[in-house]
Amino acid sequence: MGILEVKGVNKRFGGLQALGDVNLSVAENTVHAIIGPNGAGKSTLLNVLVGKLIPDSGSVMFDGQSVLGRKPHEINQMGISRVFQTPEIFADLSVFENVMIPCFAKRDGAFRMHAIESTHHEKDIAEQAMAILEDVNMADKRDMIASSMSRGDKRRLEMAMCLVQDPRLLLLDEPTAGMARADTENTIQLLKDIRTKRGITMAIIEHDMNVVFSLAERITVLAQGTPLVEDVPEKIKGHPKVREAYLGEAQV
Amino acid sequence: MLGLNSRDLRLFVIVCALCLLAPILLNPFPVASSLGESFNAGYPALMQRFVIFGLLVIGFNILFGLTGYLSFGHAAFLGVGSFAAVWMFKLLSYNIVPAIILSVIVAGLFSVVIGYIALRRSGIYFSILTLAFAQMMYSIAYSDLVGKMFGTIVTNGETGLQVYNDDPQFLMGEGAPTVPHLFGLEMNSAFTWKVGGWEFIFQNGYYLSALFMILGFYLSIRIFRSPFGMMLRAIKSNQTRMSYTGLDTKPYMLAAFVISGMYAGLAGGLLAAMDPLTGAERMFWTASGEIVVMAILGGVGTLLGPVFGAGVIKYLENIVSKINSDILHSWFAFMPEWMENLVVNILYPFVGKGWHLTLGLLFMAVVIFLPGGLMQLGEKILALFGRKKKSDDAKTGATEPAE
Repeated sequence: MGILEVKGVNKRFGGLQALGDVNLSVAENTVHAIIGPNGAGKSTLLNVLVGKLIPDSGSVMFDGQSVLGRKPHEINQMGISRVFQTPEIFADLSVFENVMIPCFAKRDGAFRMHAIESTHHEKDIAEQAMAILEDVNMADKRDMIASSMSRGDKRRLEMAMCLVQDPRLLLLDEPTAGMARADTENTIQLLKDIRTKRGITMAIIEHDMNVVFSLAERITVLAQGTPLVEDVPEKIKGHPKVREAYLGEAQV
Repeated sequence: MLGLNSRDLRLFVIVCALCLLAPILLNPFPVASSLGESFNAGYPALMQRFVIFGLLVIGFNILFGLTGYLSFGHAAFLGVGSFAAVWMFKLLSYNIVPAIILSVIVAGLFSVVIGYIALRRSGIYFSILTLAFAQMMYSIAYSDLVGKMFGTIVTNGETGLQVYNDDPQFLMGEGAPTVPHLFGLEMNSAFTWKVGGWEFIFQNGYYLSALFMILGFYLSIRIFRSPFGMMLRAIKSNQTRMSYTGLDTKPYMLAAFVISGMYAGLAGGLLAAMDPLTGAERMFWTASGEIVVMAILGGVGTLLGPVFGAGVIKYLENIVSKINSDILHSWFAFMPEWMENLVVNILYPFVGKGWHLTLGLLFMAVVIFLPGGLMQLGEKILALFGRKKKSDDAKTGATEPAE
């Protein structure tokens, strides 16, 4: 039984069957990639996982609890963190504040009236935030305003913000989309480090084969809203159905 | 000290000193001189307005400055605060303690209800909702709809609410003051200090209002530097990330809205405590607009900006609007007559009743050249004089938001 269980999920947008009978199981402590050509329903599936879309039928269970119909902050509090296609960070705040906020969210829950105490007196939170910044090699940038950083650094910061909460499942939506080659390599390395150091379960939705094959332990291939195959990377590469649906066009 | 870092403490001490010395600082010219007649602002009625509106805009800035949600109906809370305070005078006595407590509570209740509904939307829709609520409340107060419904008076319509001799005033003792007072300390009694041609007036009411403004300012510093304040700035920055980080934005927003509504209620209560009458016009939309202009003029999201913004506007409103053509003529009497008339004719539309024109030009200049408000001007001037000092400051305080 996986930590995330998707069973019989269907989603229709008017005449378009975006997801048809999707079954997926993400085992704890693995990296599970979901790949597929454009329009295969990858993003729809992700939006279902984080409660943004409610499927027409089927269930999504995280650790035995349904995530359907819950608000994003409730899903986060359950232990699911999400990295977006374009980094979603607090652009007007400093890097340090950016990582302090998830620490507060983790410790104090969805809301706490915490208006008189000074932020500077929160030594534990500051330590946690500093530790994660060191982990992602951003300690020297702690006082920069987040919007002034490069795309790669913003991605790094976003991941730090997710990781500092010690999520039980990290969802990554095309973490290297639109990145330069060097930044992509850095991100892969970062994800690998996270994997070895922290052993966090990850679900990656990705286009870039290089990323998928260097990270994933299991791969699900989606095409036209249905999973074609699910297997280990070595077998996916040569799978005839996958070649037909997807890899046939791409040069790997 | 006081739980503030050294920079905030310095700012706080400066504000305290300015409030304490305002009766002297605002009266730089001898009373009898023509400059004194025109530009002295150190009289109690105006100084009260400086600090009370300063308090109001400090509260407004907690909402607008930190979260970016522009409430266009904040005068409504000021209005209900005033009505609540005057009712306390009518029912209990002229002691201002119950009046001020009730004005804060009533404004808080109103802001919970209005905030709960208006915060379902963001951006321009939020502003329109708050504006609509404020205008509804204005109309209700202006026609005394609630009073008519129950066959009594509540806001007393266009006449405005004031204390009459036949009001019950249940707690009024024998020989108690018949003006607002704090346990016998009358608000409108003052001590006048004459030095040479100068005259400085120290009034109880002003100092009480100033005390409240200082407390309000202190609380706002604490909120700005607290995790709660950081969450509010995070809401302004990115609500999507906020909710995917596990934080519920709604209660944070509502708390900010209610806090700022209570500041407005306190300001309204103080206005009534200085002068125990009120009317619906305090809730009119132009009054709400004035609050927004004060905040932007002073510098949104800065600690001190709102106080300056309120001060500048109240100064223009009371000082520039008093200048008439005779005063202008007396200033330019040294010129040849044709030139004098020309200059006076050019300047005349900008003073007296035309003070709004001056305000408009000032506002435009600030928005175009100083988007950070007058505080930005202050920073620029400081930077010119002490570039080195500034860079030292930047090193130690870089994690702080601008003051």
